[in-house]
Amino acid sequence: MGAEFVALSLPPILIGVLVAVACALPGNFLLLRGQALIGDAISHVVLPGIVVAFLLTGLVATGPMLLGAAGAAVIAVVAIEAVRRLGKIEAGAAMGVIFTAMFAGGVLLLEQSDTSSVHLDVEHALYGNLESLIWLDATGWGSLLDPVALAGLPVELPRMALALLVIAVFVGLFWRPLALSTFDEGFARGLGIRTAPLGLALVIMSAIAAVAAFDAVGSIIVIAMFICPPAAARMMTNRLGHQVAWSVVFAVLAAVSGYVLAGYGPLWIGAQASVSAAGMIATVSGIILGLAAVAGPHRTRNG
Amino acid sequence: MLADALLLQLGYNATLVTLGAALLGIAAGVAGTFLFLRKRALVSDAISHATLPGVGLAFVVMVAMGGEGRSLFGLLLGAGVSAALGLLCVQWLTRRTRLGEDAAIGAVLSVFFGFGIVILTVIQTMNAGRQAGLEGFLLGSTAGMLRSDAILLAVSAALVLALVLILRRPLGLAAFDPGYAEATGWSLPRIDLAMMGIVLVVTVVGLKVVGLILIVALLIVPAVTARFWTERADHVVIIAGVVGGVSGYVGAAASAVAPALPTGPIVVLVGFAIFLFSLLYSPRRGVLASVLTHLRYQRRVHVRQGLLALANGQPIYEALTRRLLARSGLILPDGVPTAEGQAAASKALLDETRWAIVRGDQAYALAATRYDGLTPIETVLTPDQLTEIDGKIAAPRGIA
Amino acid sequence: MNLALVTSRDTDQAVRVASPLAVRGMTVSYGQTPAIFSVDMTVRAGAMTAVVGPNGAGKSTLLKAALGVIAPLAGSVTVFGQPMAAMRDRIAYVPQRTSVDWDFPVRVIDVVMMGMYRKLGLLGRVRGQHKALAQDCLDRVGMADFAHRQIGQLSGGQQQRVFLARALAQEADIYVLDEPFAGVDAATEKAIIAVLQGLRDAGKTVLAVHHDLATVPDYFDDVVLLNTQVVAAGPVAEAFTEANLQAAYGGRLTTARVDPESVAG
Repeated sequence: MGAEFVALSLPPILIGVLVAVACALPGNFLLLRGQALIGDAISHVVLPGIVVAFLLTGLVATGPMLLGAAGAAVIAVVAIEAVRRLGKIEAGAAMGVIFTAMFAGGVLLLEQSDTSSVHLDVEHALYGNLESLIWLDATGWGSLLDPVALAGLPVELPRMALALLVIAVFVGLFWRPLALSTFDEGFARGLGIRTAPLGLALVIMSAIAAVAAFDAVGSIIVIAMFICPPAAARMMTNRLGHQVAWSVVFAVLAAVSGYVLAGYGPLWIGAQASVSAAGMIATVSGIILGLAAVAGPHRTRNG
Repeated sequence: MLADALLLQLGYNATLVTLGAALLGIAAGVAGTFLFLRKRALVSDAISHATLPGVGLAFVVMVAMGGEGRSLFGLLLGAGVSAALGLLCVQWLTRRTRLGEDAAIGAVLSVFFGFGIVILTVIQTMNAGRQAGLEGFLLGSTAGMLRSDAILLAVSAALVLALVLILRRPLGLAAFDPGYAEATGWSLPRIDLAMMGIVLVVTVVGLKVVGLILIVALLIVPAVTARFWTERADHVVIIAGVVGGVSGYVGAAASAVAPALPTGPIVVLVGFAIFLFSLLYSPRRGVLASVLTHLRYQRRVHVRQGLLALANGQPIYEALTRRLLARSGLILPDGVPTAEGQAAASKALLDETRWAIVRGDQAYALAATRYDGLTPIETVLTPDQLTEIDGKIAAPRGIA
Repeated sequence: MNLALVTSRDTDQAVRVASPLAVRGMTVSYGQTPAIFSVDMTVRAGAMTAVVGPNGAGKSTLLKAALGVIAPLAGSVTVFGQPMAAMRDRIAYVPQRTSVDWDFPVRVIDVVMMGMYRKLGLLGRVRGQHKALAQDCLDRVGMADFAHRQIGQLSGGQQQRVFLARALAQEADIYVLDEPFAGVDAATEKAIIAVLQGLRDAGKTVLAVHHDLATVPDYFDDVVLLNTQVVAAGPVAEAFTEANLQAAYGGRLTTARVDPESVAG
């Protein structure tokens, strides 16, 4: 548990934790708004957004990718709303039409274009490669204080930290209007809160979490973290602040134990190699949700 | 090449797959309509994602039993079992906890899919050469299919379609009129179970063609598309079947020409193209028609309100109203009504006065329901009735 | 529409400035059918006004459009003669109870604190005075003992009282209520009306959608009879007449609950 841990395991664990918390925070409000599946839709449209950004700029750079993905998320949300209103079609079906079509378009664009030189493919988009985010310059715990070694940290770590910071500031700053408009939209509008832009901002924050996480861990973990920790947390408490706190705890727990289980679990049962960390983190979050659904103190509507 | 594919000239296998995809598309379109009308469209997304661990575990089991692990039937059987488990989880979470169905769907699809990925990585380490093909279940892959698999696909697609057609009556009843279905002795939970069973079978059969990520589109897109063309539920079913069939047919044929591309996205985009056309140009609900009607309607409301204000000698507060009136030559730029404007204003006031009588009089209850603030009353009542009403205008009434 | 009423621009302007809430030419439509059409309404200061009309007459729509909760197709609103945007602090709103997700993880006291949103802003600290005000508002509606309950655990009537307490916490001059007595028990109805009359006696203005014709004369000073358009408006004694009710309800009055003795004229 020395140099090897700091170099090989610490960065992916930290990145996993940052991803999990960044998704769980907006996930709480999406869950309470009955928009849990918006997280699902967003993480599917991140792929076409990034592919289009890549085709337009020819770069795999954070800026264009972020813009492309956020743009795709906004387009998706607007399109879903348009289909819902024009066709008088329930939100779930409208969502199913739009995000599958955008994802399909992204896949075809990706397969058709020459992306062999860059790190972009469908499977990567789905479950990422958390294990590869290692810190070669680290020689031990001391490296955490060594500026030269710190410069060699995987770029995903500061990127994800920044995304989490932006999201946390957003949730902190707009906590009151978010809670108010989620609970009672009519009253919120009567107070002069502009609920439509606020809802869109929440979606954009979710898109930021999804796109920043996408490169490191793929979209499946993003969907799991948007939904499972907040859903489990909802069954632990009847207060919004406590729910968000529980969801952060669950997200961290799932990220850390999922990574450890994926990396070391197979060794404990005598197998050779490790399994997908992203898949295992999603699995652990599901187990946590299952436990909360069976034993959470506030798991039913009247409890 | 594409023309050959569409005319089924690309060989026996490709022809079987294309026909199978078309049959599957029809079945999915019809079954998806019932799902859509029961407002549970995205349950199918949970079902399809939940197939992945089953596919992986079936492979592991078959290898452990000494097989090669490639039997399509075995893999699909595993997919079906774990999809059913996923469906049970969704229903348990929705019923037994405070979570809504959307959260349950999202949780199940992501967790099952994540677990499936774990299994896939286990398989990778088991024996690298053997797992070839499992990725094809993610996005669909019909290129280079074995003859036996193509036959399995075509036959099971035909069977699913037959099943949907046999059960269409109870399914339709539950979707269009659940109250009546229950009153006539059908058990709604049982019909729902049958519907979910069909969706599950469609999903499993479609895994190899469309892939588990996108199969949900084959179920939903046709129904949503059909909704733009008709208000009649039975027509929705037929149109959805056609849209689904065309998507499957054209998509599978196109992918036979481009074997390097996954089949699923092509099928989905063919369906989406039909949907997009409907969204934009459907005469009743299309974007184009809606925007035009709304603008026209808003203008009529403003002109009417402006005329009534003129007739009552009240000021017009809104700039848009003034602009519209001026543009139609009803008022001068300074707000003074023209002769034409005065005539139109008195006509509007007379119309409103007559409507007020009609709406206050029980004898005209039916005509009163036609009131929308804009309809000229002559189009609703006969000249005789109008004369009768005009007689009442002179009489004192308690309005004002 | 006041068909016989012709006002000059000047007097109309004067009335609007004096009125706590004046609506002009308000039309709202869902799709191609207007829910309300060209509605003019001037609420009298210091009075309790009921908006009354048959189902689907657009009563809730009128309130929501007046408060900017939904966007009208046409029309303007003034509050004490000023545009709504500048006067939000002076209006308190009680939406329909059924419009809310009662499973939301929030306690009674937190709901009441929501009424202080405009005072607290995004990050303003909750101080003792705010908590005391919230507790006091709960006390005024008889819910002081329920402050720390989760809202989903309350009965319908209790939830409605909490909503009223939240409106009280807004410390406004105008109180707009959408169906405050729908689905509540008799004790709650009495408690709510007592609070509202207390507000009126303190010089505040109350405007409520009301569905029980029998209690209109007992509870309210003024009435607006609505059926897509305004059929009649004014003090109860003048506007709440048999003829006007017939005009507003058409043939449907027989199905509405009405006590003939309570109807003036």
